Amino acid sequence: MSVSFDTSDRFSDFAHPEALVSTDWLRANLETPGLVVIECDEDVLLYETGHVPGAVKLDWHTELNDSVVRDYLSPEDFSDLMRRKGISRDDTLVIYGDKSNWWATYALWVFKLYGHDDVRILDGGRDKWIAEALPLTTEKPDRAETEYPVVTRDDERIRAFLSDTMSHIGKPMIDVRSPEEFSGERTHMPSYPEEGALRGGHIPGAANVPWARAVNEDGTFKSRSDLEATYMDGAGLRKGDDIIAYCRIGERSSHSWFVLTYLLGFEGVRNYDGSWTEWGSAVRVPIEKGATVG
Amino acid sequence: MASDSPSVLDDIATDFNELSPQDRLTFLLEFANELPELPPRYAEHPELLERVEECQSPVYIFVEVDAADVVGVFATAPREAPTTRGFASILVQGLTGLTAAKVLGVPDDFPSSLGLNDLISPLRVRGMTGMLWRIKRQIKTRLTEATS
Repeated sequence: MSVSFDTSDRFSDFAHPEALVSTDWLRANLETPGLVVIECDEDVLLYETGHVPGAVKLDWHTELNDSVVRDYLSPEDFSDLMRRKGISRDDTLVIYGDKSNWWATYALWVFKLYGHDDVRILDGGRDKWIAEALPLTTEKPDRAETEYPVVTRDDERIRAFLSDTMSHIGKPMIDVRSPEEFSGERTHMPSYPEEGALRGGHIPGAANVPWARAVNEDGTFKSRSDLEATYMDGAGLRKGDDIIAYCRIGERSSHSWFVLTYLLGFEGVRNYDGSWTEWGSAVRVPIEKGATVG
Repeated sequence: MASDSPSVLDDIATDFNELSPQDRLTFLLEFANELPELPPRYAEHPELLERVEECQSPVYIFVEVDAADVVGVFATAPREAPTTRGFASILVQGLTGLTAAKVLGVPDDFPSSLGLNDLISPLRVRGMTGMLWRIKRQIKTRLTEATS
């Protein structure tokens, strides 16, 4: 059963308006069969302090990653995770989270690696839901286990590895980190020193578009015209470009990947999840320093 | 009053390890809710506080050592960062009232003994390790100031 889209005017200019829902829409659809709401946050306890009624918790650290190899969970583990969460292959998923949906878009990207068809983001995320004083509960949903097929993960279409990124040099690349990380002044994000790298700078040719330029103060995505001004007029992307986005561990860049893919309609955008923690520590890969773009 | 043994801290670690994984999260949340407000002397002077850079959320600490070498730990962190608040609260409750020597004797890897590594990831637990390290460093600074 498919769940109707949020057809409100606010999303209609986007390339894929079906990938977003508003807080109003979600509130009206909380009981809709076939819809599963998922909260994915940076802070692992935030869900426990209160969440959207019925929402399932998903943790990026402990649930989406493989516990040994630096990779995402295996097809078998993904299937098992979905079964335990009570998610079916044909369910419509609405994901929301803290930090303007960083981890929500990251989770969406992982769901897309596994080809889950209908996954949407709550525009404005957790903060907007709370700012509007919409209902919260600490009660955990009691969802029956499901059967979720074991599906192959598609690492070709929307994911880039180090070697892909190396051969992409010269083509459009978006570095979504802070200007200080891009220039090489810092090897980590302010206040994230544990996720640093041995060298500072950026991949040659990358344009610096910090992820937050895509969001308004209230955490919602900016309008299509504002986004075009930033990514196309500002960073020089053109229709039909083959783009790789990266950050530090791939989460902020999945936010920008979402913007480029679903809001601006670029096809085949890839997220380089190894990002600067891999590139900035790899031996003999080319690095550029300084604030100028490319 | 000075205490000779870090028993509060040991008790907290024991309590965590006796709980089921889900109850450990609830217990950590209880600590988050118990983090005391800063006393006015720090609330009104945020410049006195030190930011814990190891934490992903803005958490600030200040450590006092009184004339009898008894430690007082103060911390503040936003409500939107309950994990960080929980970590701070454990250290505030577990270290306040101990002698400086006792706090300095707490193992640097104490946060890893809470049974949270697999549950919330070692990376997150490292934020608490950073807090403990900074608390100890402030104590050493206070002791040096007192003797100079």
